[in-house]
Amino acid sequence: MAMNEKGEKKKRKVKVIKIDVNKCNGCRACEVICSAFHSQTKYGTNNPSRSRIQVYFDPLKNIYVPVYASEYTPAECAGRNKYIMDGKEYIECAFCGASCPSRDLFKEPDSKLPLKCDMCEEEPPLQEPMCVQWCLNKALTYEEREEEIEEETELKELETGLESLIDRYGRQKLMETLARMAQKE
Amino acid sequence: MRYAETGFNLEIDLSTGNIERVSTDPKETELHLGGLGTNAKILWERVPPEIEPFSPDNLLIFSSGLLCGTPVPGANRTIISSISPQTLLMAFSMVGGFWAPELKYAGYDKVIIRGKSPDWVYLWINNDKVEIRDATHLQGKSTYETAELIKEELKDPRVQVMAIGLAGENRVYFASIETHRGSASRLGLGAIMGSKKLKAIAVRGTKDVRVARPAELVEACKEILRYIEHRLNNPLPGVPPILARIGSPQEMALHDEEWHTISFAWGHARHRRKDFWNKEVEKMWADALERARKRLISCYNCPVQCAGVIQLPGHPPYIMKCFSKLTYTMAAMVDDLEFGLKIAGRAQHYGLDGYTTPQVLAFALELYEAGILTDEDLAGMPEDIEGRFNWLLDRIVRREGIGDVLADGVYWAARKIGKGAEAYDHNTIKKHEQIPIKLGVTNPIYYLMWSTGEKINITQIEGQIPQAPFSRREEREEFVKDWVHIPTGKEEKFKRFILDWGEPGTAFPYYPSIDVACELVDWQEIMHYIDDSLGICAGLSSFPIKPPYHIHNLPLIISYASGLEMDEDRLWTIATRNRNLVRAINILRGLKKEDERPPEDHWKKRFPEYEAKLLEEYYRYKGWDERGIPTKETLNKLGLNYVSEEFIRRGILRDSEGSS
Repeated sequence: MAMNEKGEKKKRKVKVIKIDVNKCNGCRACEVICSAFHSQTKYGTNNPSRSRIQVYFDPLKNIYVPVYASEYTPAECAGRNKYIMDGKEYIECAFCGASCPSRDLFKEPDSKLPLKCDMCEEEPPLQEPMCVQWCLNKALTYEEREEEIEEETELKELETGLESLIDRYGRQKLMETLARMAQKE
Repeated sequence: MRYAETGFNLEIDLSTGNIERVSTDPKETELHLGGLGTNAKILWERVPPEIEPFSPDNLLIFSSGLLCGTPVPGANRTIISSISPQTLLMAFSMVGGFWAPELKYAGYDKVIIRGKSPDWVYLWINNDKVEIRDATHLQGKSTYETAELIKEELKDPRVQVMAIGLAGENRVYFASIETHRGSASRLGLGAIMGSKKLKAIAVRGTKDVRVARPAELVEACKEILRYIEHRLNNPLPGVPPILARIGSPQEMALHDEEWHTISFAWGHARHRRKDFWNKEVEKMWADALERARKRLISCYNCPVQCAGVIQLPGHPPYIMKCFSKLTYTMAAMVDDLEFGLKIAGRAQHYGLDGYTTPQVLAFALELYEAGILTDEDLAGMPEDIEGRFNWLLDRIVRREGIGDVLADGVYWAARKIGKGAEAYDHNTIKKHEQIPIKLGVTNPIYYLMWSTGEKINITQIEGQIPQAPFSRREEREEFVKDWVHIPTGKEEKFKRFILDWGEPGTAFPYYPSIDVACELVDWQEIMHYIDDSLGICAGLSSFPIKPPYHIHNLPLIISYASGLEMDEDRLWTIATRNRNLVRAINILRGLKKEDERPPEDHWKKRFPEYEAKLLEEYYRYKGWDERGIPTKETLNKLGLNYVSEEFIRRGILRDSEGSS
């Protein structure tokens, strides 16, 4: 095992979901099972708007793009991207997985807290993330590989959530609210 | 706590603009499950037979099935119910896609529309926010355009839309309601929507749907997916390719159309072309489809790719599936599939039923050939057949000239035209156009299904069994080996039916025996009623041979999802209750035994006495009297005492009847 000191190289397992947009049949089974898996009681509820994968599709233009929720970002990009491929024009930011202020995508519908794909991490680990398991048409396939990386501390889920609240309401207001809630308890 | 369902309906009065969110009684779910079952209950209670289809008091109900919005694969159907302008009976049409789950996520099981708006409107359901919005700018727009414009207007590509086109606006009796990925096409529900001046219903939902026993449900779903995968990779041997798969007939993927083109009738259900199909045609048709088809796609949470996105140069794109690929081509007696693909797209943009429309067009041209419709009636009609079909189509959806007459469908048009036109109404049952099938000898199973099916569409009652015997005994033995779908207690009998079928002495109409025919038809029908209450697609359940869902795994799945206690007997009873309730509504609306028969020329060789006996025995098996009316005993046993009381009050049943 590699040392965890700063600057040390570390081997890391890189998990890759390959997305073959030509194989996507637009059924959104990935959204169904993602939202069920991440339900507070596992599989207890279904709600595609909580899913960490969203299929952007426009059947009449023959456009199907499954996108995974990636990082939370407090500010939108300076400019937006609009792709045109094979004569098909995709909506702005179609391929972007960021939970970003420019749109409603990848936010919890009630709290607006950011969502992020966690590859269905749990103990014992699943062979494949649930979305891959439920994609019988193999638009989504899973691969693992090892990579050497620089060690760095990653923000935990709670930190990401709090950071987004700070961005929204300001640090002061958040601290006050937490203090007030603590008093009530 | 309510599971699988939300426990709320939306009640919309378009006359007053009133919008209410109404909680539902969980008892109704126990009795009827949901979808078609609870729709029928509402229609029974609130739409008495005196109410005409286009009356503001007629209801138009858009319902999800009980399992829509849960992870159950293929549970995505919207069940739309009302009274049909064409048959004057209860209408129910089902459509897949994405709308029903979205409605559940918005927090509702059903949307119940009553009244009539003074101006064109559309309904916008966005979770708790529900608005009736102006739709005057959408008037005249096609079904697809309407959906696209609404999504743009609401700035959300995830909005799901049900819409009518010009046909529905003009109350064409075979107007459909269209949604992304499908059409609720049968029985003129689009005309009812048009009569209410409701152009569309847009839905967006971001709430949770809960299930009762999550871990067990997901395990059961995985099992279903594994079986689907197995069936996708292993078509059934010994049956035509088009029947060997699951889903709706895979006509967007497969090019072998021999079965449909040689065994179904062309023109206005007139001509068999037994030598039509050959390698050359197959090549031509395969090329035409592959040029037009951009992708194979599916409905919500289903891996089976039944539909195709179709786009031909210079024509707006649309989504097609199943036999509507062939209906226009065959009705026009044109050998070119591309013609059918083009006109089917135009018709879908107008919002028309792909089964009835081509029949009506062919009927009109038949009357013209017979001199019943004249050059004056059809002034301006082009010379070529393709031009004629398109010309008539354009007039029907606008109710222009002869189009106004034809827009009521074959039955009513024939009577309005007169001059012997009635004789050309040879392919309707209960006033509704049927799939063009004209065969040799009465098939007792199909005889009962065509006669008594109250969806009035053969594909909505048939299923489970092959349509012809396997030629070799080994094939039959192989077939029954893993035939786990048979209801408990019938295994021996149904397997024997397959094993013997094809031996000497097993020809129609006397094979299978009447009792076996009754039991088979009852099974086939009950499976459809189960699907239509759950919102599960018939293509995964009641329609194909050896489907993923069956009477043995459905009770558990219902139980895991909804928390209802369920077993085979209970489920069968609920479906039987729903089936009798639909019949009860139609009995009040005047459905008679005389209406329950296939057209005279449906088979070349008929057996009137034997057929009468078949029907009589089937009525008895169903617990109906010799007129086809459910007896008091049957109704009360199903807890439908309120129906038997109403029947007695109206003099339909006598008080003593059936109580022995």
